[in-house]
Amino acid sequence: MSHESKSTHAAAHAHPTGATYLKVAVILTLITVIEVWAYYIPVLVASPWFNPSLIIMSAAKFAIVVLFYMHLKYDHKLFKALFTGPLIIAGATIVALLFLFAKISL
Amino acid sequence: MASHAIAGHDDGHAHTHYTTTGLDNRKIAIWAFIGSECMLFASLISTYLIYKGKSLVGPYPHTEYTDAAGKVFPAILDIPVTSASTFVLLMSSLAMVLALQAVQLKGVPLPANAGWWGRAQRSSQLWLFVTALLGATFLGFQAYEFTAFVREGLTLKTNLFGSTFFTLTGFHGAHVTVGVLWLMSLLWIDRTRGLGPQDELVVDIAALYWHFVDVVWIVIFTLIYLIK
Repeated sequence: MSHESKSTHAAAHAHPTGATYLKVAVILTLITVIEVWAYYIPVLVASPWFNPSLIIMSAAKFAIVVLFYMHLKYDHKLFKALFTGPLIIAGATIVALLFLFAKISL
Repeated sequence: MASHAIAGHDDGHAHTHYTTTGLDNRKIAIWAFIGSECMLFASLISTYLIYKGKSLVGPYPHTEYTDAAGKVFPAILDIPVTSASTFVLLMSSLAMVLALQAVQLKGVPLPANAGWWGRAQRSSQLWLFVTALLGATFLGFQAYEFTAFVREGLTLKTNLFGSTFFTLTGFHGAHVTVGVLWLMSLLWIDRTRGLGPQDELVVDIAALYWHFVDVVWIVIFTLIYLIK
């Protein structure tokens, strides 16, 4: 293995500390508590912002786990591409199908 | 911690399979696999969303249903129970990442003033066990939910909600089951010969799979359980 390969490999392994992992767990728990709390407030559920808010909070949790627990924030760009590429295709497929079956419209 | 992990990592990779990118092909493979899994779950989620609200008969997920005979079926989803199982799965991700950190820290001398947390952070067996236990607990919640639904009259064949719900959450549960078995095999290896820094990649790959299972549930929890 060349020196360059070694340094690439090492750079791809700079991970956060245990304290960061604990903070991330607290943030994930808080977001989940807010999501469930909102579910039981009729005024919030009736609001047009309810579903978008839940989706944003879910996306935030998704991103936090991927970036910090899966270390994608610190990992090699090839891994980022291997994950985000199919994720974008998957997301676009869901949106396209929802349009196709008239579940959402412009 | 990172510098220690890197030092330990470089020492123990006599049998790795580096590609021209300088990256191990096994890690490239697991990321490609996770990418493909994104599309698998996207198809299942799409199917659920397309058929959402199209069931001709109940039980329904969020609203009450009365059949022709006057039998009342309450809204079937149990949000408090599922919220608890979601919390369990989120905490299993924390335990998994701590298990990986413990393996990375093997061989790094423990500071003399290290407290219980410092010692706990070095125990890969503890964190692998906790992760597997939390994963099994999640599966227990899912088994409870499925049997409760069947008792209340919702099966795979009852309506479109039942078909898409059981297919999506069943596929996810199957992934969690594979993850728990994988974690138990790692725990067994750790107990027999011990996992060291040379095994970091093996644990990292299992951890990536486990976290992916967690992020899929984050999406499922919102789309199925919380959005009415």
